[in-house]
Amino acid sequence: MAYKTAFTALADPTRREVFEQLRKGPSSVGEIARHLPVSRPAVSQHLKVLKEAGLVQDEPKGTARIYRIDPKGLAAIRAWLDRFWDDALETFKAEAEKPRSTDKENP
Amino acid sequence: MSEQPKIKVAPVRKSIEVRVPQARAFDVFTAGFGRWWPKTHHVAAVDMKDAVIEPRVGGRWYEVGEDGSQCEWGRVLAWEPPAHLRLSWHLNGKFQYDNDVESEVDIYFIAENANVTRVELEHRIMAPDAEALRAGVDSSGGWSVLLESFAKEAAA
Repeated sequence: MAYKTAFTALADPTRREVFEQLRKGPSSVGEIARHLPVSRPAVSQHLKVLKEAGLVQDEPKGTARIYRIDPKGLAAIRAWLDRFWDDALETFKAEAEKPRSTDKENP
Repeated sequence: MSEQPKIKVAPVRKSIEVRVPQARAFDVFTAGFGRWWPKTHHVAAVDMKDAVIEPRVGGRWYEVGEDGSQCEWGRVLAWEPPAHLRLSWHLNGKFQYDNDVESEVDIYFIAENANVTRVELEHRIMAPDAEALRAGVDSSGGWSVLLESFAKEAAA
């Protein structure tokens, strides 16, 4: 599921810093590397993981690529729980509204 | 500050109306937990046979596998029949039990009238992955606050 990838991606502290930088605004690899004690290739690698996790998007701009946060990635676990509770509460309602004679039913 | 970095998302909130009295709704939710919890949603590797909420503060809630093994999900934090139940759900990003992860579910049973109960649920996820906690020494103050508003916006 998508949410697993997102949280695994953010478990790495350096990758979180890269993600943090992008929260300040869209940036190129070079701009991010300037703000962190991390090489450009390492930043590129972190961005690749973040992109695969659905946390960032990129687009070409001249010779560089500009990275920005993809708001859908972080919301994945929330969306999953949202659907999950819809399902669970529906089955709860169905059980609660069953005729009382089935109370002690224990299949 | 000993506070650890936490990734927060906006709470999940649900409301559903059930056509039974408040006490009955609470009883089915808790004592009847294993009868309604979707059997597709479980944590352990073995198939789920039953699920249990122990009826007291500090009690466990857990699933029972087909082989009789138990797999704990969390603890009962508030037990106030027939109005309120609070559970901690130690669930990490890999859908595994983890004691470091804070996630809480509040369930309120509100009597609309003698025969109708509104069930309101709020699930707060404070640390979705234990790895994020263990790895965490970077503590930028605005992280969780900003991420929360960001997630809210994303989910809107």
